[in-house]
Amino acid sequence: MRMVKGTPASESQKGLKSSLVSQNYFLPCSCSADRDMEVILPDAANFRFSTSVVSVDLLTSEIVRLRLARPSGFQYHPGQYITLYNAEGTGRTYSLASTPVLDPFLELHIRLVPNGIVSSWVHKQLTVGDTVSISEAIGNCFYMADNPDQSLLLVGTGSGLAPLYGIVRDALHHAHQGIIKLYHGSGTMAGIYLQQELNQLAKNHNNVEYTACVSRISQATELDAGVVHGRATAIALQHNPRMSGWRAYICGEPKMVNDTSRALFLAGVSLKDVYSDPFIHSKP
Amino acid sequence: MSEQSLYDQIGGEAAVDAAVDIFYRKVLADDRISQFFEDVDMERQAAKQKSFLTVAFGGPNNYTGKDMRDGHAHLVTRGLNDSHFDAVMEHLGATLKELNVPDELIAKAAAIAESTRNDVLGR
Ligand SMILES: Cc1cc2nc3c(=O)[nH]c(=O)nc-3n(C[C@H](O)[C@H](O)[C@H](O)COP(=O)(O)OP(=O)(O)OC[C@H]3O[C@@H](n4cnc5c(N)ncnc54)[C@H](O)[C@@H]3O)c2cc1C
Ligand code: HEM
Repeated sequence: MRMVKGTPASESQKGLKSSLVSQNYFLPCSCSADRDMEVILPDAANFRFSTSVVSVDLLTSEIVRLRLARPSGFQYHPGQYITLYNAEGTGRTYSLASTPVLDPFLELHIRLVPNGIVSSWVHKQLTVGDTVSISEAIGNCFYMADNPDQSLLLVGTGSGLAPLYGIVRDALHHAHQGIIKLYHGSGTMAGIYLQQELNQLAKNHNNVEYTACVSRISQATELDAGVVHGRATAIALQHNPRMSGWRAYICGEPKMVNDTSRALFLAGVSLKDVYSDPFIHSKP
Repeated sequence: MSEQSLYDQIGGEAAVDAAVDIFYRKVLADDRISQFFEDVDMERQAAKQKSFLTVAFGGPNNYTGKDMRDGHAHLVTRGLNDSHFDAVMEHLGATLKELNVPDELIAKAAAIAESTRNDVLGR
């Protein structure tokens, strides 16, 4: 359960991940009420906000960057996700790549899924000025400033870069001191985006390292400078074979997320330090 | 003074937290049993492994024999048997040893885990 008014007793938060604690989640079985509180069930996050499209542009041939005006009172951590509803009320979840202190808008990276209801609508129909409806932000995959010296590993495939982009900028905004290594994977060069911005971040901050990984290449493929051939997880493990004490963020295709979580755990990352968002989609 | 429970003697929740990673790494690295954990959602593992260890340490939990039976039934159809159970027992003992838990407490924890054998194996 999550308290929306008041602060839970620390006893009732024992054993919860830091990201849940910071959002006032608690275990009702070990919480005694010595004062008034207001609580909601997880995923009861059903406030809807109406907002408008600030910009829609292509980042690659298959990924659109959608910016929405940030509604007043809309609170979030970069890396959390919202549900975006089309005119018929069909909703899909998308991760927040923007950060509230640095950006006046909400930014989403939306990959076009062939015949996908919501992604096609975003790619083909949405234009600047349109009104859309979104839910409040939920999810535990975000930066926490509880250990500024911890090494961070961020692994994402495809539009799984969206939450990671939010998280890395949020960490830097909090003056994170430990190293931050970001591995972005894609099947082809067409899925690699925000390279310039990320290379710039790495240049400006000597604790940031960015590696783009492309797994399928043919002889004709031209890899940009700094792009590595291979799968993001494999390259990350090759560069960092032992990761005890690290915290990891993993986002994107569900099987990749589960396999990577397991591989990082076996490489020393503690289960409680693995934060992930599998981009689960509807069954065909 | 009343005698402390095994769970408290081993070190309660802190001991479970310390044991979770060590135990589960051993399980996943063991080719005899890792196949049963292949499609298990990693995100929820920390909580599940904690439940397992809490049961084994005789700590506070609401699991019944029927829960253990139902929870492992899909594994029994995939061939879960005594040899796999023995492997898990081995890792439990080795984990507690690594955490310097005294032998007599390890023996007690092993006896509790052992008592679930027929339920886990659906007999
Ligand atoms: C926590 C979370 C965060 C997410 N964040 C993002 C994000 O930041 N960016 C983003 O682009 N997506 C994200 N997703 C995925 C997103 O919510 C939708 O699932 C996706 O956009 C497809 O929706 P759709 O309506 O276009 O397709 P649908 O109409 O739902 O699906 C159309 C058809 O395509 C199939 N399909 C859908 N997705 C895939 C896929 N990936 N691979 C193969 N087949 C597929 C479906 O099974 C169906 O048959 C996230 C998902 C979750 C759970
Ligand atoms: C030694 C006695 C055992 C005990 C006390 C025990 C206890 C538990 C508990 C409490 C859970 C969590 C259920 C939940 O909350 O979801 C669980 C899940 C599980 N156990 Fe066991 N277990 C035992 C033996 C085994 C063995 C021998 C195997 C296989 C080799 C096994 C494989 C699993 C798996 C794969 C799950 C997760 C199931 C899923 O999420 O799909 N267990 N066990």
